[in-house]
Amino acid sequence: MTSAPTPTAATVATTAVVKPSPRGRRRPPKGAPADRLTGARWWRTLSWRYLVGVVACIYAVIPILYIVSASLNPIGSVASTDLIPTVVSFANFEQLWNNPSRPFFRWALNTVVVALVVVVVQLIFSCFAAYAFSRFRFRGRRAGLLSLLLILMFPQILVTVALFQMFSIVGEVLPAFGLDTLPGYILIMLGGSLGQVYLIKGFFDTVPIELDEAAKIDGASHLQVFFRILLPLLQSILVISGLLVFVGVIGEFLLASIFLRSTDVKTIAVGMQGVLAADQSNNLGWFAAGSVVIAVPIILLFQYLQRYIVGGITAGAVKG
Amino acid sequence: MTQILTPTPQRRKDASPRRRHPLAIDARSSGGLVAKIVSLGLVLALAVALTPTLVATANWAFLIMLWAVVAVVVAVYLTGRIVPAKYLLPGVLMLVLFLIYPIILTFQLSTTNYGDGTRSSKEAAVARIVGTSAVQVPDGAVYSLVVGTQGAITTGPFEMLLVDTATEQAYVGSEEEGLTELPADTVTVDAGQITAAEGYTILTRQEQNDLSGAGQPLDGFAVPVNDDTVIKAQGFQAIEMRTPLIYDEAADTITNVDTGVVYTAERAPSGDRSYFVDDAGQRLATQSWSENVGTFNFERIFSDQRITGPFLSILGWTLVFAVGSVGSTFALGLLLAVTLNDTRMRGQRAFRSFLIMPYAIPGFISLMVWAGFWNRDYGLVNDMLGTGIDWFGDATWAKVAVLLTNLWMGFPYMFLICTGALQSIPSDLKEAASIDGATGFGQFRRIVFPLLLVSTAPLLVSSFAFNFNNFNAIQLLTKGGPFSPDNPTAGGTDILISYTYRLAFGSGGSQIGFASAVSVLLFVLTGVLAAIQFRGTRKLEEMN
Repeated sequence: MTSAPTPTAATVATTAVVKPSPRGRRRPPKGAPADRLTGARWWRTLSWRYLVGVVACIYAVIPILYIVSASLNPIGSVASTDLIPTVVSFANFEQLWNNPSRPFFRWALNTVVVALVVVVVQLIFSCFAAYAFSRFRFRGRRAGLLSLLLILMFPQILVTVALFQMFSIVGEVLPAFGLDTLPGYILIMLGGSLGQVYLIKGFFDTVPIELDEAAKIDGASHLQVFFRILLPLLQSILVISGLLVFVGVIGEFLLASIFLRSTDVKTIAVGMQGVLAADQSNNLGWFAAGSVVIAVPIILLFQYLQRYIVGGITAGAVKG
Repeated sequence: MTQILTPTPQRRKDASPRRRHPLAIDARSSGGLVAKIVSLGLVLALAVALTPTLVATANWAFLIMLWAVVAVVVAVYLTGRIVPAKYLLPGVLMLVLFLIYPIILTFQLSTTNYGDGTRSSKEAAVARIVGTSAVQVPDGAVYSLVVGTQGAITTGPFEMLLVDTATEQAYVGSEEEGLTELPADTVTVDAGQITAAEGYTILTRQEQNDLSGAGQPLDGFAVPVNDDTVIKAQGFQAIEMRTPLIYDEAADTITNVDTGVVYTAERAPSGDRSYFVDDAGQRLATQSWSENVGTFNFERIFSDQRITGPFLSILGWTLVFAVGSVGSTFALGLLLAVTLNDTRMRGQRAFRSFLIMPYAIPGFISLMVWAGFWNRDYGLVNDMLGTGIDWFGDATWAKVAVLLTNLWMGFPYMFLICTGALQSIPSDLKEAASIDGATGFGQFRRIVFPLLLVSTAPLLVSSFAFNFNNFNAIQLLTKGGPFSPDNPTAGGTDILISYTYRLAFGSGGSQIGFASAVSVLLFVLTGVLAAIQFRGTRKLEEMN
């Protein structure tokens, strides 16, 4: 994370990519007298900022605190759950393992498989298309970009009904890809494979074309230029958009609730929703424990990549 | 800071092809060639493997699509003439198959009455009407029945092997050729039942049962005897049955030959379904079928009082919900960003760590937890406020609750983009303003805010478009409720997409055609939003 790269064309291009650079702003240089505030002046200018910040943090954290508290509450019911846990027990977490009618880890595995496939395919296909739009000049390019922009405005959930009809027929021909199968669900989610084209194309455009040309003079093919020159430069934005797509797929509910009905093929969103909806009051502990297991890794990832996420979403990456 | 993510070794590798490129390229392209041939072969093999099933199930549209895809793939990757197409094709294929084709299908479905009760085709509906009217012929023949086949025991073709219980004569009955006598020396009859027949494999009772289920080959199997009589299976017997109903395909009428009444297929006066009715309008059967109804679904939305009212109020709330969500989250996010974006503050990173959390948690978890918070009796909100509001029981309170929940869900995103935008505003602008005498707030209002709005506007519009179809926020909180007793399909917090979902997949019977029509309207509205976004952003000019 902290290597200090020499400034080359490549790094110059990538620095242009992520806008805000909080590093350096975080700690103002020592000895700048204008920034040193003391006593009453400090109180007047900064105290309210801290106050607003703390109130906002409490607001942001209360529901999360509640989830954690509910997950540790051995009774696991709504009525017995407070914001601050009084008894700490891991019974709810044990329940995640040994309740075959709610195979939490099976659902989690399904979700991770779906999310990984969707993320990888979407990023690869988007990179390919962005490369074509950024580096080639061909007839229909502008029209293609425009229609892509337009089509992607229509979320897939608008065509759920038609997809349902379509996949009931697909299931007759290819049972492995029909309704109520994970491969079928993955295929549907791949309909959005070009979702990141705009973002990535923008980044390709910032990489000087001279770089490609130099490589081509050295004998690289267009495929090699893509894989060896351009793709490595994209890493930061690929990580961010990959993460946001990943979290988006984990949270996808509508399509999964229609297409995945059997216990074994459910994703975490549909499975957990089903459990909580079945007994809103008494299954809260189980649901909360599951939520903690899912949310903690994602929160940690977000914390770790915090600064890049700010840059990524400012550039237009979208969660889900 | 991005350079941090670009590992140094990678760049060294990029710099090295100069030294070893001739060999490397050879190796790569021959490997690439093999990979290309193998994957094209796989595509072809898959298409060939699927073709017989598609032909057997008469899915011509899919068959054409499949081979069109194969043709395009082969043309693009084998000829190698259009290089950009090679990069565009994979994503475009996915887009066409799973987004564009379903969009076309949605438009097509919106002109039909497809749904519960109208799933079958007209031929199937007629066959069922005629079939259910059949009754046993008085004093008709009764046969003992086994099913035999000269083909495979799973796919047939099947024939009935019958023994007349009165005369003990053995027959074979097929759907095409009717009833034929079997010479006694070619069959073995045991206890009045055929146990073996020359050239036939006889099915066990279990096999026969399995094949008689709905949709199976023996479902509705009938051996014609005369114009109006057939032999049909009844358990392990077969009996002679007669229907008085004759369907005339040319005239599209069903005639009852006993009473002479002629039934014609007619659309019910108020509705999207057709039935066979007599001159007096009496229905022959409740069976209807799927058919094209033109623009009826759309007319219904705008002319049927029971639908127009709820539809317009849902549309109104959808707009309020989307505008309210974007407005409130942006206001709060901006306030926090401006407050916390002060370089003299310590712990900015810590604040941001906390504020980013709601954004990191998968949405369905937050929404379901919040749904519990609004519970009247044990919910956290009533608990903390000391109120006893029945949040989800009252349409207005439910709307407030939905908006407040969405505020929590969305403000971290707005906080992040506002922080990003604030930090990208050059500080010399602010300095210049303060030299000119602008105070803190004036500086914000005249300089910072307009600049910030310019850079966040595209994201605000797409956030609006997202909330416009934010199904999860409604479905996981209120499921669209509360519902008034007089209209169980349109709830107090329904937005268009959750309304569509209930029409198509709800428990009250699915109205796929009508739901598709609502989807089409949603398309139009989303398209308008897209147009606004096109104008609002400078993407068009930037594109080169």
